[in-house]
Amino acid sequence: MGRLWQGGRAPAGDQGMHMITFDDVSKRYPDGTVAVDGLTLHAPTGEITVLVGPSGCGKTTSLRMVNRMVDATGGRILLDGVDVRTVDPPTLRRGIGYVIQQAGLFPHRKIVDNVATVPYLLGWDRKRARARAMELLERVGLDAGLAGRYPFQLSGGQQQRVGVARALAADPPVLLMDEPFSAVDPIVRASLQDELLRLQSELNKTIVFVTHDIDEAIKLGDRVAVLRVGGRLAQLASPAELLAEPADDFVREFLGRDRGIRRLSFVPGDGLRLRTDLTVPVSAEAASVRGTAEPWLAVVDGEGRPLGWVAREDLPDSGTLAGVPAAPYGAFVRERDSLRSALDAALLSPSGNALAVDGAGRVEGVVTRDELDAALARAAGGARG
Amino acid sequence: MGEEPLVRWDWIGRNWPEILELAADNLVMALVPVAVALLAALPLGLAGARWRWFYQPTVGVVNVVYSLPSLAVFIVLIPVTGLATRTTVMVPLVFYAMAVLIPAVVDGLASVPDHVRQSAVAMGFTPLRRLLGVELPIAVPVVLAGLRVATVSSISLVSVGALVGRGGLGYLFIDGWQRQFPTPIIAGIVLVVLLAGLADLLLVLAQRWLTPWSAARVAARAQARPAAGERKGAA
Ligand SMILES: Nc1ncnc2c1ncn2[C@@H]1O[C@H](COP(=O)(O)OP(=O)(O)OP(=O)(O)O)[C@@H](O)[C@H]1O
Ligand SMILES: [Mg+2]
Repeated sequence: MGRLWQGGRAPAGDQGMHMITFDDVSKRYPDGTVAVDGLTLHAPTGEITVLVGPSGCGKTTSLRMVNRMVDATGGRILLDGVDVRTVDPPTLRRGIGYVIQQAGLFPHRKIVDNVATVPYLLGWDRKRARARAMELLERVGLDAGLAGRYPFQLSGGQQQRVGVARALAADPPVLLMDEPFSAVDPIVRASLQDELLRLQSELNKTIVFVTHDIDEAIKLGDRVAVLRVGGRLAQLASPAELLAEPADDFVREFLGRDRGIRRLSFVPGDGLRLRTDLTVPVSAEAASVRGTAEPWLAVVDGEGRPLGWVAREDLPDSGTLAGVPAAPYGAFVRERDSLRSALDAALLSPSGNALAVDGAGRVEGVVTRDELDAALARAAGGARG
Repeated sequence: MGEEPLVRWDWIGRNWPEILELAADNLVMALVPVAVALLAALPLGLAGARWRWFYQPTVGVVNVVYSLPSLAVFIVLIPVTGLATRTTVMVPLVFYAMAVLIPAVVDGLASVPDHVRQSAVAMGFTPLRRLLGVELPIAVPVVLAGLRVATVSSISLVSVGALVGRGGLGYLFIDGWQRQFPTPIIAGIVLVVLLAGLADLLLVLAQRWLTPWSAARVAARAQARPAAGERKGAA
């Protein structure tokens, strides 16, 4: 479910605007621990840069150096061209949204006032701040009825949404997110991730997102920075590049298993060749299609929606196809889904073929096993490089 | 049977104005020290929460004073503050209340979850604003719990002052005991319990009003399930 081909936004190279720049940044804590060592990294404007790596590799430290909750002991961090060390911390922080794992909501304030925290700090009047908070609650998909509750009256997922709304309240250009979704169950996490991508497509914030979950990194990141313990950058790349060409064994191991299959998520499915001669309407006479050379035919209803596959040998001598039991099918949305979805769809059908549908679920055509085979070969070829 | 009744209501009726006066005196001598102790405990507790090295010695000193028998403290104080004065009685009470309130303030501040404090910092609170707007409000339930204990025990501790001639309702105990006459003793006990109960009730109400979020939380825990069910709903 990557996004690179959806928005058509190319991963920015080094020529784009960089909202946040780490310039040879190091952090040595007073006890001698070197948490970050010579980190150089650009977080391009309007993109999600994910910092990922094993526990203790300096992700949180790196993030906190941006808003000066931790001060770097070496190098500089530039925010929109300005060295953060020259800005007074409270002022700096009011211009940077920050979301953490446990949401960090104020237990003694109602949801609406939690969201309005930074506007209050900035001196907005109460009415305007609250109106803004209500707007944001809606934006993150929360019911207005929750506004008057206290945080403990919300589920973990709802609290996390409030945390995101609060970070966005004063419309900061930059969001820092430190494992914001790792404390909720996988289903809620997936929906929060989708929500973040949806929000980001509307808001285009510059986001630095920390996680130790490589799948989350690949799903959310425009660019992914893999850090190794000691806070050294192992690789910085787009998710597709990362999966295709891990820089070294550490990254390869960190990416985990099924790297090849996962990489297919980043190969668009819209280049697949379709066959339109394998589709028959359910109203067709069985006899009229019995002569086909194909072992399987896709049956569609009056509006072109898929009903399933019928085998040639099951076709009766008379009557329409409505009387023929249809075998299960798999479908993918051609203009949106990846080669991985197409492969998955094929594996769900006894015919081994995938149905390509449009956004409304109408069959556009069939991707045969042969065509998938060729596409997989092309994808594998792209991995050499 | 012609025996002496346990409570002689006519005595209470006749001495009502004096009894009320003693109750008022008792209340003042109990509450002023608690108020003073609270004012002292706030900065000391804040300092103790911030600097661990400061906390232990402070609590140590206060606890030592707390452990001294009150009579001994009175004897030391009398040359300075006088016999049978309010001050003599109130000074040890200040320490007793502090012994409860300083830890309450420190515990209250420690009850602020770390992620809440961190997120306040991250949103750009200045330290003072964070203290006043986030940390102290969240500490309130724990501080108020300490305040309830301090207030109730202060109200009953005042009676010890009767030994040095100024004990509020405690005077009724001495009086009844000396005359082998139970009515004042019983009236005194009932009134002390009543005053303490009333003060406690007021503090509970204050807590409801000051921290609706924590009161609601307790209520929600008591009711448990039904509230959780309607979470999803909403028009
Ligand atoms: N205040 C501190 N004092 C000393 N060492 C610290 C401090 N904070 C972090 N460290 C150390 O710095 C290193 C990096 O810590 P950091 O919290 O940045 O890691 P992380 O990548 O966020 O880890 P996690 O995934 O577990 O959150 C660790 O070795 C940690 O023990
Ligand atoms: Mg961390």
